[in-house]
Amino acid sequence: MSDTLPPSLTQSQDPATPIVIVGHVDHGKSTLIGRLLHDTDNLQDGKVAQIIESSKKRGLKIEWSFLLDSLQIERDQGVTVDSTRIPFLLGSREYVIVDAPGHRQFLRNMITGAADAEAAVLVVDAAEGAREQTRRHAMLLHLIGIRHVLVLLNKVDLLDFDQAKVAAVEQSVADLLKKLDLEAALFIPASARDGDNIASRSERMPWYTGPTLTEALAQVPSPASRAELPLRLPVQDVYRFDDKRYVAGRIERGRVRVGDTVIIGTQKTPAKIASIASWHAAPQISAAAGQSVAVTLEPDVIPDRGDLLHKAETAPMAASRIRARLFWLRQEPLRVGESFHLRLATAEHAVTVTSIESVVNLDDLTEYAGEEVPAEGFAEITLSAAETILFDPFVPGTADGRGVLVDRQQRIVGGAPLLGPASIAAGEKVIHPTGSEVTQQDRARAKGHRGGVFWLTGLSGSGKSTLARATEVALFAEGVDVTVLDGDTLRAGLCKDLGFSEADRTENVRRAAEVARILRDSGQVVLVALISPLLSDRALARQILGEDFAEIFVDADLATCEQRDPKGLYAAARSGKISGFTGIDAPYEPPLNPALHLKTSAGSVESETKTLASFITKSVTLSGAFKARS
Amino acid sequence: MDHLDQLEAQSVFILREAYRKLRPLAMLWSLGKDSNVMVWLAKKAFLGRVPFPVMHVDTGKKFPEMYAFRDEYVKKWDLDLLLGTCPPVEDMDPSLPPAARSAARKTAGLAAMIEQHKLQGVIAGIRRDEQGTRAKERVFSPRGASHKWDIRNQPPEFWDQYATPHEEGMHIRVHPLLSWREIDIWRYIEREGIPLVDLYFAKNGKRYRSLGDQDITNPVESNASTVAEVIAELETTRTSERAGRAMDHESEDAFERLRVAGYL
Repeated sequence: MSDTLPPSLTQSQDPATPIVIVGHVDHGKSTLIGRLLHDTDNLQDGKVAQIIESSKKRGLKIEWSFLLDSLQIERDQGVTVDSTRIPFLLGSREYVIVDAPGHRQFLRNMITGAADAEAAVLVVDAAEGAREQTRRHAMLLHLIGIRHVLVLLNKVDLLDFDQAKVAAVEQSVADLLKKLDLEAALFIPASARDGDNIASRSERMPWYTGPTLTEALAQVPSPASRAELPLRLPVQDVYRFDDKRYVAGRIERGRVRVGDTVIIGTQKTPAKIASIASWHAAPQISAAAGQSVAVTLEPDVIPDRGDLLHKAETAPMAASRIRARLFWLRQEPLRVGESFHLRLATAEHAVTVTSIESVVNLDDLTEYAGEEVPAEGFAEITLSAAETILFDPFVPGTADGRGVLVDRQQRIVGGAPLLGPASIAAGEKVIHPTGSEVTQQDRARAKGHRGGVFWLTGLSGSGKSTLARATEVALFAEGVDVTVLDGDTLRAGLCKDLGFSEADRTENVRRAAEVARILRDSGQVVLVALISPLLSDRALARQILGEDFAEIFVDADLATCEQRDPKGLYAAARSGKISGFTGIDAPYEPPLNPALHLKTSAGSVESETKTLASFITKSVTLSGAFKARS
Repeated sequence: MDHLDQLEAQSVFILREAYRKLRPLAMLWSLGKDSNVMVWLAKKAFLGRVPFPVMHVDTGKKFPEMYAFRDEYVKKWDLDLLLGTCPPVEDMDPSLPPAARSAARKTAGLAAMIEQHKLQGVIAGIRRDEQGTRAKERVFSPRGASHKWDIRNQPPEFWDQYATPHEEGMHIRVHPLLSWREIDIWRYIEREGIPLVDLYFAKNGKRYRSLGDQDITNPVESNASTVAEVIAELETTRTSERAGRAMDHESEDAFERLRVAGYL
């Protein structure tokens, strides 16, 4: 950033080494970086004075973190909101320091900064020891495969620079890392605020004879070359310019040479590299890992984006069920049965999570068998596709196996380092659900509105079906593609095997929700009219339906419903002819926070219909002409 | 591969990704050194052509040398040029400091062009090392219908997988030069022989280090009159590139406010 100095004359022309700084909030990451830049003379003139001024304004002495926390909210709240990259020179070697925020809700920002790092500095407050985010960050370092970890035991002044106390903290952090198959290259006792063991040796800890942080950074190995590994060239795009076809992509590993025979993707078509094309560059007969190239092929076959070019003798793995690690970035949990697209370099495959093998407990880093992966959690899962996926298992420092999950709106929701083909256990239910290739945007554009589920819950006789049917008519008249799933109608067909026990009622809700999901995903507006009396049942529906689900409370008091009794059920329940009837001898749990609350004891059908119809129209209407292409 | 090769390969990858995923797509061409490097990189990516329009959001206050440069290179580089205008400064948020308020005109002009051409992707030449808030940018940075930059809610971006628009009215700002530093730009200009406006080179002891509108950009003291001399100067200087940009220094948060509202 502008606050750091440009490199000196002696700078080498090697690629910079990215170093990520992670650790629990308030353990001193930003302070460390500020101090590091200052002590190594990487700051511009006037910058220190400016920091002192900004600090004073907020009643602070000198806040080194202001160097990086450039946003107003970061300075006012004293937290790092988003990762920052700062070029930094140490002797003749260039580094990029990545400052990643410590807050757990900002995990996605940390992964953004950390994924390409060569090494990590894990900052641990020596007085506090490892905390929740320390474990979370260490877990992520393990998952993305950062093997060179330096642990900076910060704030040792709070331990009076006592060797025995520091050794105890070091042991506890080492134990934590060991659980993750991580081994710290080095533990450095330091005080970032005062500069002890950062760029100069601390005089207050004569017992420590290891390297200072800057000395340790100088020893970080340079990235290994990927040019000597077997070829992987994922096709990024195919261009046709001046009657010539070019296959464009970046070589992820290995080399291509003019004259080489390569295999193209799953179709296994062989072709020869006829030329390596370029503009304003010397003619090339070979290119290596890291280069973005455009090649012509002989014969002139037409690969697709995502096809992998490789040599016949060093083919990647092929499987349709793949075991993967997972770091989950969505705010809602992941559940078995959810479908995504798996992006793998330039390829994209429709996949379904067919099982969750284990979930990581972040309190003690043990694994447990879980039904779902919590928000920002870690797990091991199985992904199944309808087609064969070519892949290499994840290897740190290469692009191999770098799976990324995106949802149906193409938002990145997780990282999935691929482990290998999943074996099929005896008796296991092997299914390969397929996802639609027609996107939600395509459907919405064609229909002029989005799909959505509006779940009407309420007592029998509260007016759910009446309201749903009237609203269906009103919306249809406006050109909305709308359907009603009515409780009794479902029980006449799809659910006629079900009774009214609690288990059967839950199953009834589950089926209604699954059908609603299919209809919604096909772009329809679905009105579900179902008593669904229990909070847990409606939570199940929400779980199945996820986003685009609105709970509508059709609220009439019991006396009114009983008086209406359109189906004669209240009378039957009162006289004991039927049992387990909601409101009489079974509970109704009203929604705690419905998207819409319709009071139908007094209101007319027309006015409530209008309210509901306009609520729905507002929720599903598209504003502006949206055109997506992916 | 050396450092410049690596930066070039990564930028080419990003440009090809944008061209594949975002249509319609256009590149901002401010006529400055960074945007010339960007046009050059596009020609590298697409074998000598720029297969999408370049846009100049004209504040009407650029230096005459810049307009002359534009007219010359739009032909030499065979560019499809889209021109946009900016509303008068009186229409801008009066609570902004004067130079920032003037710069906000460009935000409004850009927003109008994005809407007019229904752009899904806008390629811009900002770099992380220019300014603290730019250091927190994504390579593919989504903007909502209001074009606002939602700093607190940026999408994850890793392993070369980028965000695409997922709601109506969204567009993506694509930043192929994000990882380049000022000195990388100059070394690449030197290596490739990329033409530049003369204002970057010293006359009478002064040169422009960064080029914006005439009224809010100041030259710096310098005797560097060739690319090589500029590189030598940058290797020893201790002041920031945007020191001559008035709006950066008016108040602590002026630039952040501009950027959140959609400025580059």
